[in-house]
Amino acid sequence: MIGFIALVLVLQLVGEMVVRLAALPLPGPVVGMGLLFMALMVRGGAPAGLSRLANTLLGHLALLFVPAGVGVIAYLGMLAEAWLALGITLIASTLLGTVVTAFTLRWLQRRLPREPES
Amino acid sequence: MNDFYATWVYLAEQPLLWLTLTVSAYALAHWLFLQAREFPLFNPVLVAVALVVLALMLTGTDYGTYFEGAQFVHFLLGPATVLLAVPLYAQAQRLKRQWLPLTLALLAGSVTVILSALLIGRTLGLDSGTLLSLMPKSATTPIAMGVAEQVGGEPSLAAVFVILTGIIGAMAGVPLLRALGERDADTKGFALGVVAHGIATARAFQHSERAGAYAGLGMGLNAALTALLVPLVAWLFGLY
Repeated sequence: MIGFIALVLVLQLVGEMVVRLAALPLPGPVVGMGLLFMALMVRGGAPAGLSRLANTLLGHLALLFVPAGVGVIAYLGMLAEAWLALGITLIASTLLGTVVTAFTLRWLQRRLPREPES
Repeated sequence: MNDFYATWVYLAEQPLLWLTLTVSAYALAHWLFLQAREFPLFNPVLVAVALVVLALMLTGTDYGTYFEGAQFVHFLLGPATVLLAVPLYAQAQRLKRQWLPLTLALLAGSVTVILSALLIGRTLGLDSGTLLSLMPKSATTPIAMGVAEQVGGEPSLAAVFVILTGIIGAMAGVPLLRALGERDADTKGFALGVVAHGIATARAFQHSERAGAYAGLGMGLNAALTALLVPLVAWLFGLY
């Protein structure tokens, strides 16, 4: 397990370096995810320890958003002032985007010929 | 009483107290969510954030002091993002077969979110600084903050909109799509990942690992696309 923790941190670090050096418009961890994905493709599977680590951390992914969410405390005054306009914009835009994405995907999956199962 | 006060003053300065508060608030919120049979209004992120905000206001603690402790949890977002490659790899064959529909749906969703935020917000009289902070709200936090800064919005305000978007998507997205007759968990996962990033991805993982993988893919792809589209849209509308 400890080896895989080190591996994940190394990939995140390499991701950060790539983003800085190449001035990519991406977060370092997303590049790290790409690198790990490529490594799994080359290896042809995820070792059990790595899968366990992924399940542990991703199982409570929601917890990791709490500290950033508490940042809302600095904007409570501003949110209270414009709550109606902001609320409508956030809710309408989020739900519209969800429906457009899902319906486009469903529609295209029916229209486009499926590539054969391999 | 004095001893208690001295102990409080000491602990309030320590990261341990705020780290404990964060994890305990989430554990309680998660338990409530399960007790309420996953009723969307009991979204664990929403409830945990509300509990922590309440605690900070009651004790007069500022966000900086709180974050000293909470940063240990916050940091794990990076490694968790890297680890999304594992469920993604497990679905690689399926995703490869659907690359064209997925790419086009991503594009449609990303453009819809950015344009609708701008147009609805402007109609309702929001100022341009707020609009520029709203536009990248479907990307993950670090991207949204960077993009907002680039186009002249407010990074920390953008982070707040990102979290609110995630909570709205995780709460309302699945019931809405279900009401509209969408039954496919992969489609729902992908749409939620594109629009409501990691918070919706967390929700999708609770449903199934496969839905989580689709959400993680949508999240990663839209992070990159948002970084390209927001400056372009802001420029087209004369905001940047």
